[in-house]
Amino acid sequence: MSNKMHIQLNVNGEAHEFLAEPRELLIYALRERLNITGPHVGCDTSHCGACTVTLDGKSVKACTMFVAQANGAEITTIEGIGSPDALHVLQESFREHHGLQCGFCTPGMITRAVKLLEENPTPTEEEVRFGMAGNICRCTGYQNIVKSILAAANEMNAQPSSSEAVGHNKVEAAE
Amino acid sequence: MIPAPFDYHRPDSLEGVMSLIREHGDEARVMAGGHSLIPMMKLRMAEVPHLIDLQAIDSLRGIRIDGDKITLGAMVTQHELIDHAELATKAPILREAALQIADPQVRYMGTVGGNVANGDPGNDMPGLMQCLDAQFTLHGPEGTRTVAARDFYEAAYMTARTDEEVLTEVTFAATGGGYAYEKQKRKIGDYATAAAAVLISKSGGQVSAASVAMTNLSDVPVFSQGAADALVGTDCGDAAVDAAVAAALAEIDPTEDNRGPVAFKRHVAGIIIARTIRGAFNRA
Repeated sequence: MSNKMHIQLNVNGEAHEFLAEPRELLIYALRERLNITGPHVGCDTSHCGACTVTLDGKSVKACTMFVAQANGAEITTIEGIGSPDALHVLQESFREHHGLQCGFCTPGMITRAVKLLEENPTPTEEEVRFGMAGNICRCTGYQNIVKSILAAANEMNAQPSSSEAVGHNKVEAAE
Repeated sequence: MIPAPFDYHRPDSLEGVMSLIREHGDEARVMAGGHSLIPMMKLRMAEVPHLIDLQAIDSLRGIRIDGDKITLGAMVTQHELIDHAELATKAPILREAALQIADPQVRYMGTVGGNVANGDPGNDMPGLMQCLDAQFTLHGPEGTRTVAARDFYEAAYMTARTDEEVLTEVTFAATGGGYAYEKQKRKIGDYATAAAAVLISKSGGQVSAASVAMTNLSDVPVFSQGAADALVGTDCGDAAVDAAVAAALAEIDPTEDNRGPVAFKRHVAGIIIARTIRGAFNRA
């Protein structure tokens, strides 16, 4: 009944084409087909955010999107954000401020935080907590994650030339 | 979790959707952001042999503000609602409610149309649309018709929309006066234990008009004319708020679930409704 579809994805600047059943979830296409294993499968129920990627400018949970829906999209994963030799400011900041313990949630955390700081380069602590509410960490208690993101924001604002995106829409916390 | 197989369709026009529904009948289902449907498909609680993705239909997008008339395309996301400066001026209760839905990732995908059309009592937009007295536009094989939000919901997941129809837009008038959407939930991403939407206009220190609606306190969203009537003409003091809360609570029928027993839900509802009324009055 279900025919395979021709899928095109641009992931971290690289074009990929393959045949897949439309029901394949984007997270499995990335991890098992393209060997892009930074985004993790945490809960597989759209709660934890470990599978967060940026898709056409939106932070999305790749466990709650069919590969067919993503067909034609531009996707950025943690692999496209920094490398071991050239860490992104956020990655450096998570290391510096101990923003991770086991590290399982970290790719999703950082991928989401990159987008958050793009949209709001000068967040308050409350705005960071609100903007990161879709990502769950079972180790840190969040204090150091928040600290890492606030420190990275300061760092990025201190070097305006390295901050490629200028966000303009501040989303204040609702609660 | 792996859903049952399906054929995927991404038409670029409503006519295309109609023709797919005509061709596949009961086997076809439209999807907006997918954040209710995909989890159900993954659990195999929903099987959709022909999935019609609405993402490529431009006519379903966009927030249009024409004087006092506001039109939201069905595919407008919660994120877009939050981000729209003019909407935040003309009907700020939309932004206040949208900020309390799910989490950031879900709000980038979750849509107004999906939220109101799904008929899930836990969704926040249906209650809000009762409060706003919104109109839903449905496009079907016979053409287009409009149904009032207050007449749309029949039971959990049962609405006035037929299987052949697609909800295309939501319209309502800009709001004046005070507004509030308050929601009690156990944690980020959860549905409401109780939530309420209130609009209040004030004139000479007294309530001149009010609208009160509630989320997740019955199998459908609840609009309470009685609560509004209890407020109009008063200074929104304790006695008036108590009377409005009593009128609202008389119209709900919560069920026990993992958010608590009925008595607890009624208790929470009373607090949330009172808080929402006072919040709207103070902003009026």
